[in-house]
Amino acid sequence: MMDSTLVDWSRAQFALTALYHFLFVPLTLGLSFIVAIMETIYVKTVDEKWKKITRFWMTLFAINFAIGVATGLIMEFEFGTNWSNYSWFVGDIFGAPLAIEGILAFFMESAFFAVMFFGWNKVSKNFHLLSTWLVAIGSNLSALWILIANGWMQYPIGMVFNPHTVRNEMSSFWDVALSPVAVAKFLHTIGSGYVIGALFVVGISAWFILKGRDVLEAKRSMVVGASFGLLVSLFLAASGDESAYQVAQHQPVKLAAMEGLYKGEERAGIVAFGILNPDKQIGDEKAEFLGNIEIPYALSFLGYHDVNAFVPGLDDLVYGNPAHNVESAASKIMKGRIALTALSEFKEAKKAGDEAAMKAANVMLQQYMPYFGYGYLQNLSDIVPPISLTFYSFHVMVGLGMWFIVLFLVVLYLLMANDITRFRKVLWISVLSIPLGWIAAEAGWIVAEVGRQPWAIQDLLPVGMAATQIDAGNVQLSFWLFAILFTGLLIAEIKIMVRQIALGIHGGH
Amino acid sequence: MFENLSLHELQIYWWVIISLLGGLFVFIMFVQGGQTLLRELSENETEKTMLVNSLGRKWELGFTTLVLFGGALFAAFPLFYATSFGGAYWVWLAILFTFIVQAVSYEYRAKPSNIFGAKTYETFLAINGYLGTFLLGTAISTFFSGADFRLDEHNFVHWMNPTRGLEALLVWQNYLLPFAMIFLVRIIGGMYFLNNIDHEPIHAKTRAMIKRNIVYFLPFFLSFAGWVLFKEGYAYDPVTKAVFLVPMKHLMTFIELPWIGAMFLIGVVMVLIAVFNSVFRAKNCCIFTVGAGTVLAVMALLLNVGLNGTSYYPSVYDLQHSLTIENSSGSHYTLTAMSYASLMVPFVLAYIAYVWHLMDRVKITEEEITSSGEHHY
Repeated sequence: MMDSTLVDWSRAQFALTALYHFLFVPLTLGLSFIVAIMETIYVKTVDEKWKKITRFWMTLFAINFAIGVATGLIMEFEFGTNWSNYSWFVGDIFGAPLAIEGILAFFMESAFFAVMFFGWNKVSKNFHLLSTWLVAIGSNLSALWILIANGWMQYPIGMVFNPHTVRNEMSSFWDVALSPVAVAKFLHTIGSGYVIGALFVVGISAWFILKGRDVLEAKRSMVVGASFGLLVSLFLAASGDESAYQVAQHQPVKLAAMEGLYKGEERAGIVAFGILNPDKQIGDEKAEFLGNIEIPYALSFLGYHDVNAFVPGLDDLVYGNPAHNVESAASKIMKGRIALTALSEFKEAKKAGDEAAMKAANVMLQQYMPYFGYGYLQNLSDIVPPISLTFYSFHVMVGLGMWFIVLFLVVLYLLMANDITRFRKVLWISVLSIPLGWIAAEAGWIVAEVGRQPWAIQDLLPVGMAATQIDAGNVQLSFWLFAILFTGLLIAEIKIMVRQIALGIHGGH
Repeated sequence: MFENLSLHELQIYWWVIISLLGGLFVFIMFVQGGQTLLRELSENETEKTMLVNSLGRKWELGFTTLVLFGGALFAAFPLFYATSFGGAYWVWLAILFTFIVQAVSYEYRAKPSNIFGAKTYETFLAINGYLGTFLLGTAISTFFSGADFRLDEHNFVHWMNPTRGLEALLVWQNYLLPFAMIFLVRIIGGMYFLNNIDHEPIHAKTRAMIKRNIVYFLPFFLSFAGWVLFKEGYAYDPVTKAVFLVPMKHLMTFIELPWIGAMFLIGVVMVLIAVFNSVFRAKNCCIFTVGAGTVLAVMALLLNVGLNGTSYYPSVYDLQHSLTIENSSGSHYTLTAMSYASLMVPFVLAYIAYVWHLMDRVKITEEEITSSGEHHY
C-alpha cells in the first residue's frame, strides 16, 4: 500500500473536483429539460411571453453550463494524473464508457448548444426547439456513460483478469453497460439533478412573486417547475429504493454504515432519526445510538424486499456470522493474499518459461480473484468506511428527498386551486429550499463514494493501491491550486447568476 | 465485422482514429489562436466583442474534441493514459488549468456583476491561447523526444524525474513544435475570422497578421520537421518487441509508407495555399483548406510516430519500457466494442458540419453584436 498522505491528498483532490462538478452538473441536467419544456410550450402557443420565459431560464442555464464543462474535463483527466495505477488496472473497461460519452453525448451537447443560444434568428423555430431538446438529451447521455463507469466501480462485472498484462479486461460490454447498479445509479443521480432544476425554478419564481415583479411569467415558470418537480421527486424516491436494494446486494458494508447497523438482525428497521454513539467501536457491546426513532421492518424490506430478511451489521461483516453465511474480513483477506501470491508465482513461472506452473498459478489466481483487493488490506476494520459521515449523509439525503415531495405537492396545489401570491410563507419556504437540493445531492454523492471506502474498485482495488506514485507535496500543491481556482469561479458564478436574476425575466440576456 | 480483425489490426485502426482526433483537435485550436489575437485585431471594444463572439460559438467543439481525445486514449491505449498523465503530472495539470479558465471566460466576460472584470477573462483567454497551445505542443513533442519513466512488473508507472514532466522544457528541440503550433493556430484563427465575421477593418488587420505569422511559423515548422526526419527514431522488433534506435526512422517511415508521407506533404501544401489565397487573393473561405491541410499534416505526423514498428512514447530511462501501439493498447474485446462505437464518428462529424453551415451562413456583423435582443458573450 502507498503512503497514506499521498492517498489522502489524491482522494481529497478528486473529491474536491467531484463535489464542485456536482454543484453545477445537476442544475444543467434539470434545467435543460425544464427549458426544453418551456420552449415547447412557446412553439405550440406562439405566445411571446413563453419565449421571454424560456430565454430567461436559458440565460441562467448558460452561466452554469460552462463551469460544469470545465470541472468535468478535469475529472476525466484526473483518472490519469492522480489514479494512474487504477487507470491501467481497469482502463480496459473504464475507458470505454468515457470515450463513448465523448462520441455520443458531448458533441451533441456542444454542437447544438451554439444553436440554442445564438440561433434564435438564424434557424427555424422547430430546428431551434430540436436543438434545445438535443442539448438536454446530450447532457443526460453524458451523465449516463460516466455513471455506467461509476456503477462498474461499485459492482465490477463483465471482465476477466489477465495475468500477462496485470489488468482486468472487458469480456461483456452489455454486462458493464446494463449493470443493475449502473442503471439504478444513473436513474437516481439524474433524478436528483431534475429535482435541483425544479427547486431552482420554483424558488426563483417564488422570489419574483414575493417582490411583485414579472408575476405572470413567474407563476407560469412555477407551474412548469412544480409539475416537473413533483413528478421527478416521486421518481427519485422510487429510484432511491432501487439503489438501496442494489447496495444491499452488492455492498452490504456500505448499507450497514448508511444505517449505523453494527449487529445484524432479521426484520431490521430503518433509523428515521438517530444520533450515533461516538464511543461505539466495531465489536464492542456499547449502544449504537444515543437516541433514535426506527421504522420497523423497513430496512429488511428496502434491502431485500422481504420484511423477514436478515441484514448483516458491521460486526457480522468484519468478524463473520456463519449462521447467516456472512464471511469474515479475515477470511477474505486470506483469500486475497492467496490471489496476490498466485499472481507473483505466475510472473515467476512466466520468467522461467514454465508453462505448467503458469497454468497452475492462473487457476489459483482466477479462483481467488474476487478477493484480490483484500490481499492488500492490513486490518480487519479496513473494510469499514467512515460510519458517521456515511450515516448522517444518507439520512440528510433521505429526509430532504421526502421534504421535496411535500413542497412540490403544496406549491402545485396552491398554484392550481388557490392564488399562491397570498401564501407568502410558502413562497419564502420555496426560496429557502433552493440550496437544499444541492445539499441532498452532495450528501448522496458522499454516501455513494465515502460509503464504498476503502475501495476504488469494490473488492478488487483499494484506494491505497490505485493512486499515482508521486511525491505527496505535488498533490497538495495542485489540490490548493484547484481549490482556489474553483472557489473563485464559484463566487464569480453566484455573483453573475444573482445579478442576472435581479435583472428579471424581462432583463437582458 | 470488427471482431474478425486481429488485435494488431485493431490497434492500427485505433491509432488511425487517435491520429484523426489529434489532427481535428489541432485544427479546432484555431479558437486558441483566435484568443491570442483579440487585442491585435481589434480597434475598439465592439470589434473585440465581435471576435470574442465569433470564437465563443466554437470553443466548446475544441473542448469536446480534447475530452474525446483523452477518452479515446484511455479506452484504446490505457497504458499511455496511465503513464503519461500520471507521470508528466505538471505538464498535463498546467494544460488543464488553462482550459478551465477558458471554459468560463466566454460566458462570464461581459456579464454584469462580473467580479473579476472583463480584462481578467480576456487574460484567461490569452493564457489558454498561448500557454495551453505551447504546453500541448510540448507534450506532443515528447512523442518524438521521449520521456523519463519506467514501468514496474504491474505496469505501474514510475516517473524518474521529480519535475514530473516539466523536464521536457530542458530539451531545446521540444520548443520547435510548440512555437510552430502557436503561429499555426493564430493563422487558422485568422482565417476563421475572415470567414465568420463581416467587417472590413478586421479583415484588413487579419490578412496582415497572417502574412507576418506565416513568416514566423515556417522557420519553427521546418526546424521541427528537419529534426524529426533526421533524428534517430525509436523502432521495435515485431517479433521480440525489443526497442532500439534507428537513424532517420521517421524519414524512413514516410518513404516506406508513402501514403503517410503524401498526406503530410499534401497537408503542408494545403496550408500554404490557404495562406497564399487569404493574403494575396483576399479570399475569405480558406478556413476549410487550411483546416483540411492541418488535419492531414498532423494526422500524418501521428501516424508516422505510431505505425511502421515505431515506439510512439519512448522511455529515455530504459528503451525497453517504451510504449508502442502493441504493448499499450486495450484488449481485443474492448477495441472491438469501441470500434463499433467509432462508426458514429462520421455521423457526428456530419451534424457538426451541418450546424456549422447553418450558424455561419449569416456572418457576424457589427449590427448583430450591438443589438440588445441577442445573447452575447
